[in-house]
Amino acid sequence: MSSNRGAAVRFESVQKSYDGETLVVKNLNLDIARGEFLTMLGPSGSGKTTCLMMLAGFEPATHGEIFLNDHPINNVPPHKRGIGMVFQNYALFPHMTVAENLAFPLQVRGMDKSEQERRIKRALEMVELGAFGSRRPAQLSGGQQQRVAVARALVFDPELVLMDEPLGALDKQLREQMQYEIKHIHESLGVTVVYVTHDQTEALTMSDRVAVFNDGVIQQLSPPEALYEEPQNSFVAQFIGENNKLSGEVAALNGKQCMVRLDDGSELLADAVNVGGVGSRTTISLRPERIEVVPTDQQENQVEGLVEELIYLGDHIRVRMKVAGNDEFIVKVRNRGQRWDLQEGQMRKIGWSAKDCKALDAVS
Amino acid sequence: MSSTTTTQTGLPSDGVMRAADGTPLKRSLARALRREKLRSFLLILPLLAFITITFIAPIADMLFRSVENGMVEETIPRTVEALKSWDATSGELPDEAVFEAFHADFVEAFKNKTHTRLGLRLNYEQPGMSGLFRKSGRRATNLEPPYKEGFIDIDEDWGALETWQVIKRASPPLTDGYFLAAVDAERTADGIQMKPEKERIYLFLFWRTLFLSIVITLSCLVLGYPIAYLLANLPLRTSNVLMILVLLPFWTSLLVRTSAWKVLLQQQGVINDTLVWIGLIDDAHRLTMINNQTGTIIAMTHILLPFMILPLFSVMKTISPSYVRAAKSLGANDWTAFWRVYFPQSVPGIGAGAILVFILAIGYYITPELVGGTSGIFISNRIAYHISTSLNWGLAAALGAILLGLVMLLFYVYDRIVGIDNVKLG
Ligand SMILES: Nc1ncnc2c1ncn2[C@@H]1O[C@H](COP(=O)(O)OP(=O)(O)O)[C@@H](O)[C@H]1O
Ligand SMILES: [Mg+2]
Repeated sequence: MSSNRGAAVRFESVQKSYDGETLVVKNLNLDIARGEFLTMLGPSGSGKTTCLMMLAGFEPATHGEIFLNDHPINNVPPHKRGIGMVFQNYALFPHMTVAENLAFPLQVRGMDKSEQERRIKRALEMVELGAFGSRRPAQLSGGQQQRVAVARALVFDPELVLMDEPLGALDKQLREQMQYEIKHIHESLGVTVVYVTHDQTEALTMSDRVAVFNDGVIQQLSPPEALYEEPQNSFVAQFIGENNKLSGEVAALNGKQCMVRLDDGSELLADAVNVGGVGSRTTISLRPERIEVVPTDQQENQVEGLVEELIYLGDHIRVRMKVAGNDEFIVKVRNRGQRWDLQEGQMRKIGWSAKDCKALDAVS
Repeated sequence: MSSTTTTQTGLPSDGVMRAADGTPLKRSLARALRREKLRSFLLILPLLAFITITFIAPIADMLFRSVENGMVEETIPRTVEALKSWDATSGELPDEAVFEAFHADFVEAFKNKTHTRLGLRLNYEQPGMSGLFRKSGRRATNLEPPYKEGFIDIDEDWGALETWQVIKRASPPLTDGYFLAAVDAERTADGIQMKPEKERIYLFLFWRTLFLSIVITLSCLVLGYPIAYLLANLPLRTSNVLMILVLLPFWTSLLVRTSAWKVLLQQQGVINDTLVWIGLIDDAHRLTMINNQTGTIIAMTHILLPFMILPLFSVMKTISPSYVRAAKSLGANDWTAFWRVYFPQSVPGIGAGAILVFILAIGYYITPELVGGTSGIFISNRIAYHISTSLNWGLAAALGAILLGLVMLLFYVYDRIVGIDNVKLG
């Protein structure tokens, strides 16, 4: 790991257990580059908050070391780490006005009055709340409180800002707007951001890289496109976007490609991403929009399926089919004005390219 | 078709909104609300009756008793009437007509056996009056005119100007005498004056009650705050166990607990014995920790501590730990995070706890009585004395009324300074 000198944050074999019996974080190794927007994405309980708390200094790591700009910080108390933090419930001090909230980190650093005022003004303008300095947090809407929390975490110019599901309490429209604003602030200030969410859209739209967490382990660490296009295992394929699963056995392995024999006997050609040797179980992962209901000759994989249900959704039609024993098989047919003559109860040949389906680890 | 249109829009041609059955909307709304009000009134009626009988009525009665003085006029109505024309400052005794009226009243009072009660009442105004009335008894009823000489013959005090001044002063149906006595003042021939220095007790007692109550409130706060903090920040299971310990004092009778303090604190008690045994003090200089102010403060702090801890706890429970974390992440050390972020948010709990403990302390009776000795007793002990021993209910009522007024005044001041909205009881 020492090859990665210069990382803003480095987790080195970090483990965490609260009760001494189970590991909530299992052997975490993670480098975060300076200025990067890294998102920890995962289902609830997967250990994201715990990682953030260890980084902020509120929870000690049970094992391993965390580095901040190459300095080990396990023994540095939270208030000396200089990390800005945005909490899920914002944690704005209710007995202080917005300006006092923003002044707090500056006062404890002993900054002089005029400099404080200058910075508060700048921070409030950054989040477009210039006129709200004298209000109490309770007099602000959820979205405004959110902005104040962001401004407070940034007002003392930290190099690193942590955000733990900061948009979780907002409604959808506001959330999308804030995603954009946070991203914008990140780009203009160049701070390093570690962002925690369980919302995949949020992760995909905002991040430079996403670390997908499950069960205390990073399942995959990639830029957003790679996460969707090249999932490394079944969990990631399943967690990010919509996905069809077909399980079978590796019949032949040929470099990067493999032949998979499904449980009903049909054979498919797939990218061998994460498979054992010939004869081992595997799960094929396939995005619904990559399947054609009128297959062309270029598509290596062509199977018969039973159309079970058609749902008209305007820009596309969702077709639920029964394929190789899986009756949750979804096909998205783009609505380009053609009539494909789809009918419920129809047996139909569908097809997709080998590069669009990935052979991953077997799931039960 | 046109009539249905009007009901649908709700605005018929005459401009009055109507409900579905045609009654004006305002009237049917008022009727619905009235029914609701009546129902809520009926729901609180039993409690209202209970409170009126057991709380409001006794307080009103107490306030009335503190100024009530009907007895003199009831017992000797003719005398009171006759004395009206007598000038108390003239320096001369009332004339024969007054004595005649007094004789007639006295005969009747003697027959009803109310003359000694009157004597007792007048004795509050001037010591010796009770004896005078009792002594005069039967002999006065047998007097023949001229009554003036007859009365003076029985006791020369009947010829004293002061006696008649006292009777005249005590004859109006309302008196301020009890209130004057309650603030160590008296009405003399030269108007209202403070009593002689060595007879004053009540003002001092009020002051001591206030002072000790404040000391007790502060010591409850100092001892209770850390406990409440601990309770609010421990995991639920541990904090529940500790909470039971906090409430433990409520499980034993107040009397038992207070007696336990006696056993612990007395000169031959456990604490002194231990201190002597480990050699911290020598046998001749055992600490006096009971039957004085120290005893009262220690025992009452112990008894009232839960009333401080509970409101503090319930407020602290609502302060999310993320505030302190936020403060630390912003660069505050432990103390700054506590003092600038946590403490201000716990102030409503301090307000509630302090006011609860203070109000309970200021009216406390049993503990000061048992462990306070003479230097640690409260005004309530004096009130109890007048109610059950000296039977001077008027004075007891006046003292009680002043105490009530004092508490309300402090409450008002507290509201101005802290703000009653800042008090949170749960
Ligand atoms: N303070 C704590 N004490 C004990 N267990 C905890 C504590 N905080 C979190 N956990 C446990 O650790 C696991 C991971 O929690 P967390 O890091 O909050 O997950 P996430 O933020 O991904 O939802 C969960 O199983 C949770 O129950
Ligand atoms: Mg979390």
